[in-house]
Amino acid sequence: MYAFDIETPTTIADAVAALKADEAQPLGGGQTLIPTLKARLAAPSKLISLARVADMQGVSVAGDTLRIGGATTHATVASDAAQSYPGLAALAGHIGDPAVRNRGTIGGSIANNDPAACYPAAALASGATIVTDTREIAADDFFVGMFETALAEGEIVTAVSFPIPQAANYQKFVQPASRFSLVGVFVAKYADGVRVAVTGASEGGVFRWTEAEQALSSDFSADALKDLSVSADGMISDLHGTGDYRAHLVKVMTGRAVKAAG
Amino acid sequence: MTKVTMTINGKSVSRDVEGQTLLVSLLREDLHLTGTHVGCDTSQCGACTVHVNGKSVKSCTMFAAEADGAEVKTIEGMANADGSLNVIQQAFQDHHGLQCGFCTPGMVMAATSLLKENPKPTEQEVRVYLEGNICRCTGYHNIVKAIMAASGQDVSAIAAE
Repeated sequence: MYAFDIETPTTIADAVAALKADEAQPLGGGQTLIPTLKARLAAPSKLISLARVADMQGVSVAGDTLRIGGATTHATVASDAAQSYPGLAALAGHIGDPAVRNRGTIGGSIANNDPAACYPAAALASGATIVTDTREIAADDFFVGMFETALAEGEIVTAVSFPIPQAANYQKFVQPASRFSLVGVFVAKYADGVRVAVTGASEGGVFRWTEAEQALSSDFSADALKDLSVSADGMISDLHGTGDYRAHLVKVMTGRAVKAAG
Repeated sequence: MTKVTMTINGKSVSRDVEGQTLLVSLLREDLHLTGTHVGCDTSQCGACTVHVNGKSVKSCTMFAAEADGAEVKTIEGMANADGSLNVIQQAFQDHHGLQCGFCTPGMVMAATSLLKENPKPTEQEVRVYLEGNICRCTGYHNIVKAIMAASGQDVSAIAAE
């Protein structure tokens, strides 16, 4: 790693102020950033750890909305959201491995927007709102492309608000070595319709499968998908699976998610 | 440099560390607690697993500065007060839960977390929980057996081949 300093502010205001320094970068749980730094793919002058910002911690429910602080670990979401939003808690409980889940955070995952990360699928399928230090961004506008989000320089994800669905499920087909999703599909059913978001598959990062959403909104069953197909255009093709294979998996995993959501 | 103070295996330790100093580097290189191993250095293998505030973390993927004020426990702090092996360590010995032994410190730390969260896990739960701990000797059967035994369960039905 190149040399840098670490600061550990305890308030959002202090974190935002610290991030104004030249080449400063926020540090969530570090489960992606630290390996990136080790590979010398980033050279910040300063890392601003968000782990001790009290207002970015924890899970709370208000009405039909689940709010998760940006610095909340996957392990905490897995346990503390299990009652209010079990589909999301199950997703969090299957990210990485137990030690990774004790460090990795929802804000870090969402801000990084890895094309194979799990949380972006949940946020997009839930129509979540990404709360930052300056504004609120709809998930539909937040995930711009592979590793790209609507966040501005120095802007941090302070919380994510999820409308709680009537039913939801996430199905992940894991790449057996990395255990990242080769294809992951999150299906969420709301009173006003169904949303389906796909991660791992597309070169553009997480996306909504709108044809499936329409079909499932009128008939919430795996059968409703039978006449649909997913184009392999723009699908990731690598040694783990061709674009055609990923496109095929999108439909299969969507069907499984619908069945499991019930 | 930042000054950090933490409790490691019950003893208070203060050190000046650079921002990029990893927790595992502080443990091994500065404090000579070399029981915590670095296998992959990419947070895959789990040989560097330690407990920070009671939770398993990969010490190769956490900065020492992030552990300021924390309670850290390493494999050196796992034995009984009289120096004898604790229940989990003894079970690893009894059931031949190690071959080369490189992954063992991480396995014991992970197993300790598992049994704290889930005192009577099923064989499948043990295998799933160890997802982030890799044994390159591939000695998983006996590791699973040792953990099941440490939880006080019958291990005669677990395949050893």
